[in-house]
Amino acid sequence: MISTNPFTGLEASIGAEAMQIYVILMAVAVVAGVIFDVIHKKSAAYFFENAKKAEKSAKRTVSSGEKMSLAVSTVTNEVLTSSEFANPARRLSHLMTMWGFIIFVVSTVAMIFGSEAGIWPMLWHLGALSLAVGGGWFFFAIRVDVSSEGKKWYQLSFRGDVFIVSLLVMSVSALIWSFTGAALSGLSLLFFVLFIAAATLLFTTVIWSKFAHMFFKPAAAYQKKITKADGSQENLPDVGEMSDPAIHARYPDIPEYMGTNPPNMGLGIKREKPTHY
Amino acid sequence: MPTFVYMTRCDGCGHCVDICPSDIMHIDPTLRRAYNIEPNMCWECYSCVKACPHHAIDVRGYADFAPLGHSVRVIRDEEKGVIAWRIKSRNGETDLNLLAPITTKPWGEHIPQLANVAAPTKEQRDSQLLFNEPKYIRMDDGGLHTLESNGLELKEGVYY
Repeated sequence: MISTNPFTGLEASIGAEAMQIYVILMAVAVVAGVIFDVIHKKSAAYFFENAKKAEKSAKRTVSSGEKMSLAVSTVTNEVLTSSEFANPARRLSHLMTMWGFIIFVVSTVAMIFGSEAGIWPMLWHLGALSLAVGGGWFFFAIRVDVSSEGKKWYQLSFRGDVFIVSLLVMSVSALIWSFTGAALSGLSLLFFVLFIAAATLLFTTVIWSKFAHMFFKPAAAYQKKITKADGSQENLPDVGEMSDPAIHARYPDIPEYMGTNPPNMGLGIKREKPTHY
Repeated sequence: MPTFVYMTRCDGCGHCVDICPSDIMHIDPTLRRAYNIEPNMCWECYSCVKACPHHAIDVRGYADFAPLGHSVRVIRDEEKGVIAWRIKSRNGETDLNLLAPITTKPWGEHIPQLANVAAPTKEQRDSQLLFNEPKYIRMDDGGLHTLESNGLELKEGVYY
C-alpha cells in the first residue's frame, strides 16, 4: 500500500496542471511569507547589529578559513542534527519532524512534477509517518507551554499553534487519505479536503508560524560560534579547566576547597526535568 | 533592574520557569519563548540567569551603580562545580573574570541523613549551640575566625 502513488488517481479527476499550480502557489506563499516576516520583525536588522556589536569586543580576528569551517560545522551539527536543543527528547522529536517534513515535501514535488513511481511513494508515506509521530509527540507532551506551564494540549492559541497543528493535520490526513484509497469520494474525500486545507493553512500562515526559523536559527547558531572563536563570547566569562595550574594560581579557593584535580560533580538542579510549574 | 531574554538564544526549555522564586518567568503564549511577565517584581536573584542552559537571560544592572553599556554575566557550571562571573565596564577598561567553587562534593550524594542521627542529649538541648556547632562553624580548630586570627587587618577607604 505504501508503495502506491496516491496522486495518480487525482490526475484523471483534477488534472496534473492543477496540482502543479497548487504546489507552485504554496512555494510562492512560503517565499513571500518569509520575506515579509524578516522585514516585519526586523530580525535581519537585529542580527547584523548584534554581529557588529560582538565584533567590537572581539579579542582576535577569525580568518575566513576558520569562518568557513564554523559554517560547515553549523550545517552538520545545528542544521542537520538539531544539536542546539538542550533537551534530548525535544531534539529527537525535532529530527523526526524536520526530516519527515523534508522527505514528505520533496517526494510530493517529485511525484507531482516528475517520476510517478520508484522510491518516491514509499518515501512520501514514511515522511508523513515520521512527521506525524515526531509532531504528535511534540504536540501532546513536549510543547513548552504543555511541559513547562502545565497547560492542557487542547488549550491552543492561533498564532502559537497554527504551525504544529496544521503540520500534524496535514500529515495524518494525508496518510489516512492514502490508506482509504486516495479517491475523491466518501471518507477518502473528507480526508483529502482536510489534507489540502491543512497544507494551505500551513504554507500561507508562514508570517505567524515558525517557518522563518529555518533561516534565522542557523544564522544565530553560526554567530554564536563566531563569538566563541573571536573571544568576545557575548561577554560571558571563561570557565576553564579546574585542574589547570594557572586557574589554581589565579583563584586559590579552587584548590583549597575542591582539590587540585576536582572530580566531575555531575548534575545539580538539572538532574530533574523542569516540570515543577 | 529586571531580567530579560535574548529571544534568538532561548529554546523554551522551561528551566527559568521552574526555578524563578517569584514565579514571574513564564512562556510567551504566542512565541513560546521565556519572558519576564512582571519586571517590577524581579529582585534580580539571578537564579534564572544561572539556570539557563543557553545563557539566554541577562540582567541590566541599576543605573546608579552600573552605567548603561556595562555587562555582568555569569556561567554556573554544575559539572565542574564552579561559578564564573565576568564584569565589564562600559568603556571596556575593567574586564574582570571571577571564579568560585559552588560545591566541594558531587551533587546529591552527600545529603545528611538526619533521621539516622542520634537524638540530642539533655546537655545538648540545654546548650546555646545549634546542631553540629561548633564543628560546622569551624570553631573546634581554634576559636572564632576573625580578621586578626587570619593575619588580616581592616584598611581605611575603598580598596580591592
